[in-house]
Amino acid sequence: MNFMQEFGQQMVNGIALGSVYALIALGYTMVYGIVKLINFAHGDILMVGAFAGFFVLTANGQDPSKISNPLMLVLAFIIAMAVSALFGVIIEKTCYKPLRKAPKINLLITAIGVSIVLENGARVIPWIGPNPKQFPVLKDIPIIDGISQMIKAQTGVFISPVQILSFIIAILLMLMLFYIVNFTKTGKAMRAASYDMGAAQLMGINVDNIISVTFAIGAALAAAAGILFALNYPQVEPYMGIMPGLKAFVAAVLGGIGSIPGAMLGGFIMGIAETLTKGFISSKLADAVAFGILIIILVIKPSGILGKNTREKV
Amino acid sequence: MLKIEGLNVFYGTIHALHDINFEVNEGEIVTLIGANGAGKTTTLHSISGLIEPKTGSISFMGSPITGVAANKIVKMGLCQVPEGRRIFANLSVLENLEMGAYTRNDKHNLKDDYEVVFTRFPRLKERIKQIAGTLSGGEQQMLAMGRALMSRPKLLLLDEPSMGLAPLLVKEIFSIIQDINKAGTTVLLVEQNANMALSIATRAYVLETGHIVLSGDAKELAASEEVRKAYLGG
Ligand SMILES: Nc1ncnc2c1ncn2[C@@H]1O[C@H](COP(=O)(O)OP(=O)(O)OP(=O)(O)O)[C@@H](O)[C@H]1O
Ligand SMILES: [Mg+2]
Repeated sequence: MNFMQEFGQQMVNGIALGSVYALIALGYTMVYGIVKLINFAHGDILMVGAFAGFFVLTANGQDPSKISNPLMLVLAFIIAMAVSALFGVIIEKTCYKPLRKAPKINLLITAIGVSIVLENGARVIPWIGPNPKQFPVLKDIPIIDGISQMIKAQTGVFISPVQILSFIIAILLMLMLFYIVNFTKTGKAMRAASYDMGAAQLMGINVDNIISVTFAIGAALAAAAGILFALNYPQVEPYMGIMPGLKAFVAAVLGGIGSIPGAMLGGFIMGIAETLTKGFISSKLADAVAFGILIIILVIKPSGILGKNTREKV
Repeated sequence: MLKIEGLNVFYGTIHALHDINFEVNEGEIVTLIGANGAGKTTTLHSISGLIEPKTGSISFMGSPITGVAANKIVKMGLCQVPEGRRIFANLSVLENLEMGAYTRNDKHNLKDDYEVVFTRFPRLKERIKQIAGTLSGGEQQMLAMGRALMSRPKLLLLDEPSMGLAPLLVKEIFSIIQDINKAGTTVLLVEQNANMALSIATRAYVLETGHIVLSGDAKELAASEEVRKAYLGG
């Protein structure tokens, strides 16, 4: 393989990984935009979604080692996204909402607490437990395999079925999000409330509902990312959300926390930086590069690439 | 239409409003005037449900609204144009108006209401797609008023609409307030510009450090020695 092909291959890997980070980063950025909270439990919501998908895909009557029925895969995504959305809303209503008027640090500590509860809760639940479980692999789905083979033959670059699925799901969900945020009444209210919550209330917007919807959407996106992540590995375990969660957090900060396009851009940059580091420098350095990026942005441009230099409103 | 009795509001230990009593009758323009920090905004926020009063009662069209959620109060027909306009700078002009209409379920009437707002504020119509944050101060005030009108309020609260505007524009805004009132909307107007406010109001209340110290017919107050000295610069 020549250098260009190798580079192209790593870029493809990076974009595929980046699309997963972008999905997760969107949840951080949307929640931050509206309640000014870095939701440290967001990575664990991804884990919840991945397990929900796991249970759908390994339910009775299926081959637990592989997924060959595309309908089951669609069902897994839908159920996982719904379960995570429900978790997101329940956590918001029970843990964060009572603290809405409290100092931000209380909220942050609560989020860390929620994260610990979810991780260790998963460890003690008998169907989950502390040990990693094999996630079924994506195999023998003709359309996806066909696309993969065609690209390989045309360009010499190999895009795995999981990577193709990651692109498709990520792009689909981002388009849906774009539509919701820009063209629906709820989406407009989300933007209005994240700009000025008091003014939104004065216009008759029920901001409690809007906040719940925001948490639900962020959690659903994380669940989709969770399944994609699990398909790639392929395993699920209670701590699986921590690393992708942290990297997506860096992505959200890199793009400009609070900015939706920023989270997407940041996600792709993080994914590409990680795979290029792995491919051309050393796979041991990949995580160090991710957090090195965080330190560099915080020093150079804390508001991120697409972030606005808004002053903190009190 | 609006009746406030024995209202006491605290910020922590700061007693911001002391036993406030006043009312607004249907069809009136009532103004609440007072210096910086007198408690005008606090009063309006209490009415709109953004601040919970410690004691006292607020009723609107006969039903108590103390402790009612802010969004429900808007739905009942009471809308506020907040101090400093607070338009959604990240949304377009049209989207801001849509947010004003957020509580409306009668979709078929909305079109007419946009037309009413655009006739009242033609400049908004020209800038319908513009991002609201890029409007001039005067245009932003018009947008803030148009946005509130989209909720079809029976009672409109206005918090210092003249703030930061050139005198000519202040005149324009005040004449629009009169028009809105003539078209059937009752108005509670908070102002520091007492001269202008008294000139269009039916009745007035004067707020000083959280107390209502004077009240009465707007024309009489404008003529009174006390008010002239304290608020009208002689
Ligand atoms: N969030 C708050 N926390 C503490 N004190 C507050 C708060 N908001 C207002 N106050 C205090 O309450 C008093 C009344 O404030 P308010 O904003 O109602 O005055 P105002 O009459 O609207 O003044 P202005 O003309 O400057 O707008 C002031 O002393 C102010 O410092
Ligand atoms: Mg004020």
